[in-house]
Amino acid sequence: MNNNRERLVEIKNLQTYFFLDEGTVRAVDGVDFNIHRGETLGVVGESGCGKSVTARSILNIVPKPGKTVGGEILYHRKVKGVEQTIDLTKLAPQSSEMRNIRGAEIAMVFQEPMTSLSPVHTIGNQICEAIRLHQGLDQAAARELAIDMLALVGMPLPNRTIDQYAHQLSGGMRQRAMIAMALSCHPSLLIADEPTTALDVTTEAQILKLMRQLQDELGMAIMYITHNLGVIAQMTENVVVMYMGKVVEQADVDTLFYDPQHPYTRALLQSIPRLGQKTARRGAGQRRLASIRGMVPDPYALPKGCSFHPRCSQMIAGECDQIEPQMIEVAPGHKVRCLACTGV
Amino acid sequence: MTEALKNTTSAHTATAIPESRNPILLEVKDLKKHFPIQKGFLVTRFVGHVKAVDGVSFFIREQETLGLVGESGCGKTTTGRLILRAYEPTAGEIWFNDRKMGRVNVPDLDKRQLKLLRQNMQMIFQDPYSSLNPRMTLLQIVGEPLLVNGVAKGGELQDRVAELLRVVGLRPEYMTRYPHAFSGGQRQRIGVARALALNPQLVVCDEPVSALDVSIQAQTLNLLQDLQEQFGLTYLFVSHDLSVVEHISDRVAVMYVGKLVEAAATEALFQRPLHPYTEALLSAVPKPDPRLRTEPIVLQGDVADPANPPSGCYFHPRCQYAIDRCSTEGPELRELEPEHFVSCHRAEELRLMGVLGRVTP
Repeated sequence: MNNNRERLVEIKNLQTYFFLDEGTVRAVDGVDFNIHRGETLGVVGESGCGKSVTARSILNIVPKPGKTVGGEILYHRKVKGVEQTIDLTKLAPQSSEMRNIRGAEIAMVFQEPMTSLSPVHTIGNQICEAIRLHQGLDQAAARELAIDMLALVGMPLPNRTIDQYAHQLSGGMRQRAMIAMALSCHPSLLIADEPTTALDVTTEAQILKLMRQLQDELGMAIMYITHNLGVIAQMTENVVVMYMGKVVEQADVDTLFYDPQHPYTRALLQSIPRLGQKTARRGAGQRRLASIRGMVPDPYALPKGCSFHPRCSQMIAGECDQIEPQMIEVAPGHKVRCLACTGV
Repeated sequence: MTEALKNTTSAHTATAIPESRNPILLEVKDLKKHFPIQKGFLVTRFVGHVKAVDGVSFFIREQETLGLVGESGCGKTTTGRLILRAYEPTAGEIWFNDRKMGRVNVPDLDKRQLKLLRQNMQMIFQDPYSSLNPRMTLLQIVGEPLLVNGVAKGGELQDRVAELLRVVGLRPEYMTRYPHAFSGGQRQRIGVARALALNPQLVVCDEPVSALDVSIQAQTLNLLQDLQEQFGLTYLFVSHDLSVVEHISDRVAVMYVGKLVEAAATEALFQRPLHPYTEALLSAVPKPDPRLRTEPIVLQGDVADPANPPSGCYFHPRCQYAIDRCSTEGPELRELEPEHFVSCHRAEELRLMGVLGRVTP
């Protein structure tokens, strides 16, 4: 991982738990990683692995009964050239300081644009609200900026779209409106939580291209959360793989795809059908996909030791099911949490 | 990397045609479904039609998997439902080679015949959460088709359900549990067991793995393939995921705004697409390889509105190869190469990019 670049967000031993009647779900259980200025960090994992909860912990919007119970999220901000470091977990969710950061300096794009946009306000209203709140512009100036933002994200006829409601737009246009809103205050970090999962492939290609362009122009860091390994390969520089609330592997994108170490990462990469693979071998050869046996464990009763051991093909009996593995740096910037492959 | 790709491409220029030619099980001819658009509150009037499916023709051979791909709103799900007559077709023929009744045209069947037909045609749904009744146990869910059709009851029913659950990889002891006790992947297995209960000939799979996690998706795809081999099933596999469709299908049909734009054997279509829309779809899929960062063909604008489609070829406003003729005259689906159907005026002259790169003739 590139250590020369300035750190923007440092997540240290983050623990976010959900306290339910049935028990405590450790959705995020000791997550460590850094986001550098201007980088695209991919966070990949299956549903329930804690990737979205990590993102919500950064913004301090974990829904009840969830609570960040431990760890630090150090955010390095620059206010008028002066560097400041704030621990976001120490701020109250409704405090004015948190609200100044949320939406302005750290913005988020959600998966389903229909449910995350208000159905009773126009697109323009919603973008202007963010601009006026964070930048203190008056109505007319805010509207002008909102139109500029819509034009920037490639919205056709921004002058007209600004007065439309979410239901009048197609899925791709709604997602463009969401991105325009998120970028309207020039955040230093954009958290994108599965922003293209609900979209069609050709629309997805449009949005991905747009996000890449905007990052070049505006230079923000992107934390890209997805379960789609294709999007990870195409979009990110560094990748964090999560399983059951823990980071199991962390590397730059090339290492992760060409030299993965953790059995879970390897199994994930083998279990996806790859476009062109069957055509290249002319339909011959193995027809079956390599699949990970079993299923994701019950979050109320996680297995002892490494939580992946019941599904792991390299499990060492008596060790993996007893000892919780530690994160080991196997190469500069390449960290793995596995007893079998690091021996520690 | 690119050198290696070029080599493989030049070695495989000939289009592969599958040697095994099973008899045709299902043949769809010029199938149409137009949904009326209603306006008004007390006095409703019809102000137009959404042409969800507008003249689709294809066939499926026995024990084969036909992948039906396209973007949301292209009519692929409607096509699947029309075949089972879950919707009444507006026009067209659906010829099915039924095990008991012989070759029948599905829209002509009466209620009694339809019940017989549906023993041999089943469906697997996309969302395993909403397609199972939460108030029924597995025994009731999987056993219902057997009971309703008078195939089994009582102890025999239990034995059959236990057997079906074992076939799809669930423990028969789970029979008395309710769907909420199962994960997404397990629920999809329950849906598969229900579809297989009457030993059907054709199974329409409507996005069966789209709602599942990556690792569970692989398990489910493997299960579907194993069952196909074991029971000689024929699948119509509706999906928007091109990687999955390439993996599971023998032949693939591509739809755009209610029309079939291209159909061919899987390798032929993925290696040498003949329709510009297929080319754009293939290039838009994010490749899971950071060393292959390709610039996809980004289509301009949105999918056409099926209630108000553009003139001529529906794809022409977004097509980078469009000429004047495309905006005035709608192309017909024609067999350009053996078993390779395409509806594009310029299919002969265009050299489009497949998944392995551009093929030089």
